[in-house]
Order: sequence, then structure tokens, then C-alpha cells
Amino acid sequence: MSMKISTRQVDGITILDLGGRITLGEGSVQLRDSVRDLLAKGQKKILLNLGDVNYIDSSGIGELVSAYTTVRNQGGELKLLNLTRKVHDLLQITKLYTVFDVKDDEASAIAAFATV
Amino acid sequence: MTGQQASRITYTLDSSLDSVNKVEQTAEQMARKAGVDEDEIFRISMAVREAAVNAVLHGNAYDPEKRMTASFENTGADLVIRISDEGRGLDPATLPDPLAPENLLRGSGRGIFLIRSFMDEVHFRQTHPGTELTLIKHLGTAPTGD
Repeated sequence: MSMKISTRQVDGITILDLGGRITLGEGSVQLRDSVRDLLAKGQKKILLNLGDVNYIDSSGIGELVSAYTTVRNQGGELKLLNLTRKVHDLLQITKLYTVFDVKDDEASAIAAFATV
Repeated sequence: MTGQQASRITYTLDSSLDSVNKVEQTAEQMARKAGVDEDEIFRISMAVREAAVNAVLHGNAYDPEKRMTASFENTGADLVIRISDEGRGLDPATLPDPLAPENLLRGSGRGIFLIRSFMDEVHFRQTHPGTELTLIKHLGTAPTGD
């Protein structure tokens, strides 16, 4: 029922590979803590790979939004990668699809981060 | 505590995330048993989960003294799910529109919107104290997709 997170670095970008459920409670808290830890370490270019996320509720959607705004407010960038159809549809319904920078290819997602 | 009458099943549950998960799973099983397709099962179980989260988190505020009641009924024509709490009550007219530009980046406030998006009918009733949400999915109708 819970969410799995693993972290890797590619060309200065931190990729969080997420799997499972991002829901009220454990999943949302894990995501929030992971993003907070990255920012504390100065890692402000974050790519959330949602390819293995099979379920997200309104709390999880809210957590994605909070992560996006938190990273952006600290001068960083957060993008989404590999949305499943369900997550894609939820972001469409909630009009968030155009708010996020959504990619479906890791290489192009990495390339899309600003090089400063 | 469980009570069963005809095809209706009712649970009285404590205000916890375990209860939310149980209600969600029951909705999923009910929808699957009713023969609706996978997309509709997802929509129904998610709407019910959001209603349960609303009851436990916003209604009862995780108060161990307060209960959530969830009933599930397949009338043959509809799936009818009722979720009630013992909180201070919810006036849906006061909820901000999560699609308004000024609200898009809020970290919360999408639950009721998703419930309304995914179910055919949603009714609110004030129970003093508390709120009862009735979620209805008409059987035999094609999924709308939005």
C-alpha cells in the first residue's frame, strides 16, 4: 500500500523514482520529506519519475503541487516524468497538467533543465 | 461493527487511515462485483476514498471519540455509497473552486471536486453534528472520462 522512493543522479539532476501509491499519510509524507532533504542538500533540479505510481489521491496531487512550488520558490526546477494514464488524467481534470512541466522521455527531461 | 440487510452493508469505523483504506477497498470490491469496467472501478473507489478522507480528516479530525459510518448498496440500478462523520458539518457552497487560477497551486482542496467529477450524483446532508455524503453511480451508463 505504501510508496517506494529511490534516488539517483544524472548530469546534475536528481531523479526520484517513485512507485506505488502517493496518498494521504505515508506516501505524501515520504515525498515531502524526500524533496525537503534534497533542497537542504542544495539539490534543486529534481525530476520526479512517476512511471511506477499506480495510484494518487487528492492529498498526493496536493503534495506534487507543494513540491513544485517549494522547489520553485527556492530557485530550483521540478519536472514530472512518465505519467501513467491515471495520473495524467487526474492532472488534466484538475487543470494541473499545464502547470507542471511533464516529460515522457528521461533524456529529453534531463536536457530540459536549465544549465546554470 | 458490521450490519447487513439485503444488499446493503454498513460499517461503523474509527477515525483513522486504516478505516479510509477499508472503505476504499470495500468500494472497489463492490464496483468490481457490479461488473463495471476498470476505469470506473478506479473512479468509484477514488471518490469513496476522498469522501472517507473528508470524513476522517476534515470532519472528525482524527478524534478517537468520533466515528465514520460507511454504507454500500447495489440497488441494481445504482451503486449508492453513504459516508457520514460526526464533525462540525460541511457546507459545500463555501468550498473554493480548485480550478480557479488563484487556487490551482494550493496544496489541498481537490477532494470534493474529484468526488463530483467521478460520480453521477453527489448529495450533502447536514446531520447535526456531522455531514453525510451520498455518492451515486448509475449502472449501465458509459464512463464519461471527465
